[in-house]
Amino acid sequence: MSIPLITTSRWNIEDGHTLEGYLRTGGYQGLRRALEMTPAQVHEEVKKASLLGRGGAGFPAGIKWGFLPPDVWPRYLVVNGDESEPGTYKDRLLIERDPHQLIEGCVITCFALGLSQCFLYVRGEMAHGQERIASALNEAYEHGYVGRNILGTELSVDVVLHWGAGAYIVGEETALIESLEGNRGMPRLKPPYFPASIGLYGKPTIVNNVETLSNIPWIVEHGGDAFAKIGAEQSTGTRIFAVSGHVRNPGVFEVEFGTTTFRDLIMGDQYAGGIRDGNTIKAFIPGGASAPWFFEEHLDTPLEKTTVDNEGSMLGSGAVVVMDETTDIVKACHNVVRFFSRESCGKCTPCREGTNWLEKILDRILNGYGRPEDIDLLLDVCDNISPGISWPPKQTTICPLGPSAVSPIASALKRYRSEFDAYITSNTDTPVTVNGGPA
Amino acid sequence: MSRLNEENLRIARQILSRYPKKKSALIPLLHLSQEQNGMVTNEAMEHIAELVEVTPAEVLGTCSFYEMFKRHPVGEYQINICHGISCHLLGAEDVLEHAEKSLGVKEGEITQDGKFSFEGVECIAACTEAPCLQVNYRYVNRVSSDEFDQLVTDLKNGQNTQIPKHGTLAKTRQNIQSEKLAGPAEVESASPPVWLQRNKEDQ
Amino acid sequence: MTEIQQDSDLISVTIDGQEVKVKSGEVLIDACEEAGVDIPRFCYHKRMSQVGMCRMCIVEVDTGRGPSLQPSCMMDVSEGMVIDTQSEEIKKIQDGVLEFLLINHPLDCPVCDKGGECPLQDQTMAYGPGETRFVEEKRHFEKPIPINDNVYLDRERCILCDRCTRFADEVVGDPLIQFIDRGNSTQVNTFPEDPFASYFSGNIVQLCPVGALTAKPYRFKARPWDLEEIESTYPNPLGDRIVVQSSRDQVLRLQGLDSEAVNWGWLSDKDRFSFEAFQSEYRLDNPLVRGGGLNKADKSGTGLVASSWAGAMSIITESLNGADPDRVAVIGGARLTNESQYAWAKLAKGIIGTDHVSADLGDDLQPHVLLGLPRATISEACQPNNTIVLLTPDLKEEYGTLFIRLRDAAKNLGVKIIELSPMRTALSADAAVSLHPLPGEIGNVVQAITTGDIPREIGGISGEDLSLAHSHLKDTNVFVIVSRSSMGQSEEPIIEALTSLQEVDNCRFLPLVRRANTMGALDMGMAPGLLPGRNTLSSGSSVFSDIWPNLPTESGANTKQILQKAADGDIDTLFLLGADPLTDFPDKALAKAALERTNTIISVDLFVTPSVYESDVVLPAASFLEADGSHTNVEGRITPIRQKITPPGTARPDWMIAAEISHRLGHDLGVDTPEDIWEELGSRSAVHGDLDYRKLDHLPDGHLITATGRIPFIPAEERIETRPVDSYAMRLILGRRMFDQGTVTQMSPSLTQLAEKSELRINQYDFERLGIIEGAQVEVSSGGASISISVKVDNRVRRSSALIYSNLEGADPRELLIEGAHSIDIRIDPTVKESA
Repeated sequence: MSIPLITTSRWNIEDGHTLEGYLRTGGYQGLRRALEMTPAQVHEEVKKASLLGRGGAGFPAGIKWGFLPPDVWPRYLVVNGDESEPGTYKDRLLIERDPHQLIEGCVITCFALGLSQCFLYVRGEMAHGQERIASALNEAYEHGYVGRNILGTELSVDVVLHWGAGAYIVGEETALIESLEGNRGMPRLKPPYFPASIGLYGKPTIVNNVETLSNIPWIVEHGGDAFAKIGAEQSTGTRIFAVSGHVRNPGVFEVEFGTTTFRDLIMGDQYAGGIRDGNTIKAFIPGGASAPWFFEEHLDTPLEKTTVDNEGSMLGSGAVVVMDETTDIVKACHNVVRFFSRESCGKCTPCREGTNWLEKILDRILNGYGRPEDIDLLLDVCDNISPGISWPPKQTTICPLGPSAVSPIASALKRYRSEFDAYITSNTDTPVTVNGGPA
Repeated sequence: MSRLNEENLRIARQILSRYPKKKSALIPLLHLSQEQNGMVTNEAMEHIAELVEVTPAEVLGTCSFYEMFKRHPVGEYQINICHGISCHLLGAEDVLEHAEKSLGVKEGEITQDGKFSFEGVECIAACTEAPCLQVNYRYVNRVSSDEFDQLVTDLKNGQNTQIPKHGTLAKTRQNIQSEKLAGPAEVESASPPVWLQRNKEDQ
Repeated sequence: MTEIQQDSDLISVTIDGQEVKVKSGEVLIDACEEAGVDIPRFCYHKRMSQVGMCRMCIVEVDTGRGPSLQPSCMMDVSEGMVIDTQSEEIKKIQDGVLEFLLINHPLDCPVCDKGGECPLQDQTMAYGPGETRFVEEKRHFEKPIPINDNVYLDRERCILCDRCTRFADEVVGDPLIQFIDRGNSTQVNTFPEDPFASYFSGNIVQLCPVGALTAKPYRFKARPWDLEEIESTYPNPLGDRIVVQSSRDQVLRLQGLDSEAVNWGWLSDKDRFSFEAFQSEYRLDNPLVRGGGLNKADKSGTGLVASSWAGAMSIITESLNGADPDRVAVIGGARLTNESQYAWAKLAKGIIGTDHVSADLGDDLQPHVLLGLPRATISEACQPNNTIVLLTPDLKEEYGTLFIRLRDAAKNLGVKIIELSPMRTALSADAAVSLHPLPGEIGNVVQAITTGDIPREIGGISGEDLSLAHSHLKDTNVFVIVSRSSMGQSEEPIIEALTSLQEVDNCRFLPLVRRANTMGALDMGMAPGLLPGRNTLSSGSSVFSDIWPNLPTESGANTKQILQKAADGDIDTLFLLGADPLTDFPDKALAKAALERTNTIISVDLFVTPSVYESDVVLPAASFLEADGSHTNVEGRITPIRQKITPPGTARPDWMIAAEISHRLGHDLGVDTPEDIWEELGSRSAVHGDLDYRKLDHLPDGHLITATGRIPFIPAEERIETRPVDSYAMRLILGRRMFDQGTVTQMSPSLTQLAEKSELRINQYDFERLGIIEGAQVEVSSGGASISISVKVDNRVRRSSALIYSNLEGADPRELLIEGAHSIDIRIDPTVKESA
């Protein structure tokens, strides 16, 4: 298969992150092409490309763009570079290794949609990425690719680099906007479901992920049709997947979207190269820590949004975490639940209290204080956070973070309940400290 | 004095000028302050409150939401050991255990010389390089016990000059020349951007 | 008007299988409640924005796209919506949320003030599981910490509903309490060493759905089930509606009552905690007379001694028997209920026969301004897209709940505020235009704004700003809220401004008064020339002459004239009805001279004030907690005041005192109850005729008097020349603080420490220009007088003007006032003197 590298083509070029390296390898051609078109034509190309958002929810970018209400100004672009989903690892590399591509994508998007200012929200912990993108922005300003009268045209737009400061929830787009306004990063009430109508400062705002925007220059340069020809019918183009955990060759790979299977990605020699030490696969997380786990029987599922959704999980943020036979499932489950518990923003009661409770129960089980009734308790607490424990999850919360903590428990118990039982039955006589007495 | 010094105040004003609303600069200014002082002090929050025109309580509300902001002293080198799921699968707990033994302090404490503190943190997006860590937000990949000890030794002896002191986030800042600045899109400006107007006429 | 729903505003929805009609656009949780379906909630509060945090009110909603789980506080009803609040799934979700809230909530209900009136406790009793499945350690925080002088926060009890923090930020603009930390560690707190210094902090205690916030004055005082309560009215100019709660004849708590028309449930701290003063040991509980020894009346005595009512009364009747009515006068009455005002007006004018009756104290707008302009209600002014012109000082200081209403109007209803205040105020940030004309110049500034005839600059305001303000008066309904904003400015410039504003199409007015029931006092005839029901002595005598036998024929003196007469030796008997001219009257020397020369001064009051101290007879009156009656607010809205406890000692209602004096003078006043008064009044007052006193308790918004024009507004005739302030001088602003040296603040242990000392406040710029050090004692002079006062930087004060709060302890700025001047320029001697 010979698909072009769309977003990662400069990752192995030493100076691909500099303006010189970028221009030498065809950079800013998409912007030049866009400036020869009308904004509406540029938008049309993106619609034709059927580019799905690469952040996690997988919503078509062209359609999201179309949600902007007419005649409400100003409008803003916010770039979601707060990549923090466990196992996810692609936006950081796009920022570090090809920052100009992202900047170009931002400027084109602002041009197409009449967005007057762009804020590039980069996760605070990515110091190196920030240095790279700051340098790139400084170069781009210097040479007229960003800022006032871009390339001598009437297009004038700033791309402002903004630093995050450590909060997973800020990856949720309304929380991202809150954070950008200087507030606590707590998700906003929905409706409105999209910031496109009421976003930053209450104005129409497009929030797009780094990888999504990094596709834009290629799409505009080569046309939406060319992009749509790659991949599956509804999952077009290429996508970047990070494969980590118990594989021989963990890595970040750009693959054809929708046609490649998990088996290709995990077992294929050109990708992760199979399970380490010749072990067998016990489970894998197909799309970041929020996603319900998959097992061996799912390996031949293609990396295609609808198919994965129908099989009860999601491609999410393109993070595949592989667990081999040596994995302690209870510990792994506890690890992921702890993550959501610590990252809960605290706004909705079920998430704030429930995820923490789940963590405490799992803590207890791991420490040998588990009681037989704890399994039912875990499931019932899960049910109170996400009624029915179904997929896609029902929510008692504003955002999906709380229900995400349900995924690992439901997955692990479904297949490996015996491992939980083993922790519990090995400690039958252990007293449980009860604090506070009965309610 | 942990108010922003003159140079940082100048940078702060530049940062403030990029946003349509001052409060948006709150997090960047907290970073700036942490860079100056190694942590965020109450006095610094009061100063930032003045600059972005909110109450100190509002600054604290935001500041305390984000774990990168340290309101208590940390080591000159803050070691964040990733214990996200990928690192967990490849031995993050061992690294944490080793750090405690090697540094002689518990998670969250500072070594006596003030140089080091460490904690387990959630995924830092280097999952293929597990187990990994960050020292003052600079990556160290696939770290073994020996490598950890070497790292500590190098930092102690000043042999690792790549890593700045805690608080310094990016050594390169965005710097927009005023003649290149398009200017913030004021929330009250109610007309479409000029390039859109022109193109509308063209169509 | 708003209560009557047009059929077209109603839509059909199905709630739990029942099809019902609800108001279009209403929030689902409210619509359900009106349909009789109560949905549990903790964070939702209809006077604040929706945050959807607690998740308790989740219901199942189908809008045609299949059922989905929705918090009912976040969704508006729409036609055909099908709502299920009772399904098994919903029950389980609500039980789940309740359990989540309880896992970290301490079980200290037996010692919690909220126990017994706690929604969390109630929900748990109703639906709770009975035993806990949470076996881990609960979250711990340091037990109650004070977040200001009167409010304690117990973070362990807090369920993070965001009500207090939302109130602080959204409702009153004091975002000094915040969510701090994240997730399971989230807590509410202040910034270290930076207390929740809000004038409205008591409201968060009332809002808290659990016992996390408690108020010091109520902590551990009572259990809710021991409390009896009654709906009443706080006697302040706005007539804020309250619930008075007592136990064993002790008032323990005042709560705001959610009145749509007035205070929306909010109260200022001064009003909320003032009940302490009315029950303090400083209350007058027995008559006092000037005496020369133990229980021995002696007019030449130097002190007040206890007396019987009979003894006190005999001194009064002695001074009144055969007296020349022209030598008798009454000052005050704004503290009284409408009924007591009527009784006293009848006693003075109808029995004694004097028209020297005046409720004003020389620091308020005149009756013709208060009664003569087309009046508006607060709610009429606060309608979308109106323009409100504010000719007031900082409303937050004196009219707390009006400040809240206007802030809401500006922030949420698109009301444009043109603020013309002497200095920056708490509303300035939300005003469309905020201008600060120099005192004395308001007439000129308003003329420019209303006519659009814009000079380059006038009164310290640029032409550009004047034009901007002018633009907001076009094509909109204009409402003017006006008060005597600064005693440093005479009333004439304000009348000049009102004269200009009267010319604006459809302009309506809401004049504010300084004292509680001044509006009632005017409507009951407690002003020279006035009779009850806005009748005048000159044209309305015949209405009352049969029951007010000794009505004078000539119009009498106002307070200033009464004091002048008294100082000239022309008054023998002076009644002070809750009035303290020594403290309040602008010309302190005149007040002093008047009291010194008057033979018999009779005070009817609650406390010993400086003027009471100079009286010959002191009669203890019942407070608003201790007597029935009614109150008239600045809108002309009459609401009930209801007795909750018995008066201290032998104190009695003011109307009863009037009846007693009348009786001793040989006249039956004809009033044995407040109802009698309304019967008598209703038959004669065209203004009050349609009021049914017995129904007053059942009218949620009270009874609004809507008569205008009976007492005409007298426009300004002359234009006051603009008078710029010279570069050596500063224009004086006299403001008022919420917490002051008045009796209510001083006699309430919870409030007294909140009162500051008097200071001269000026802008940083002038500070530097004059080379003064903050806190230094300076000499401030005007005319021939001077005072020594310490200085403070206050950047709300514009350049070239200086602010002194006149109601604080310390230097008395009244010394600086000049009789007849429209504004006062002061000079500051910056020579630093030793601090006093």
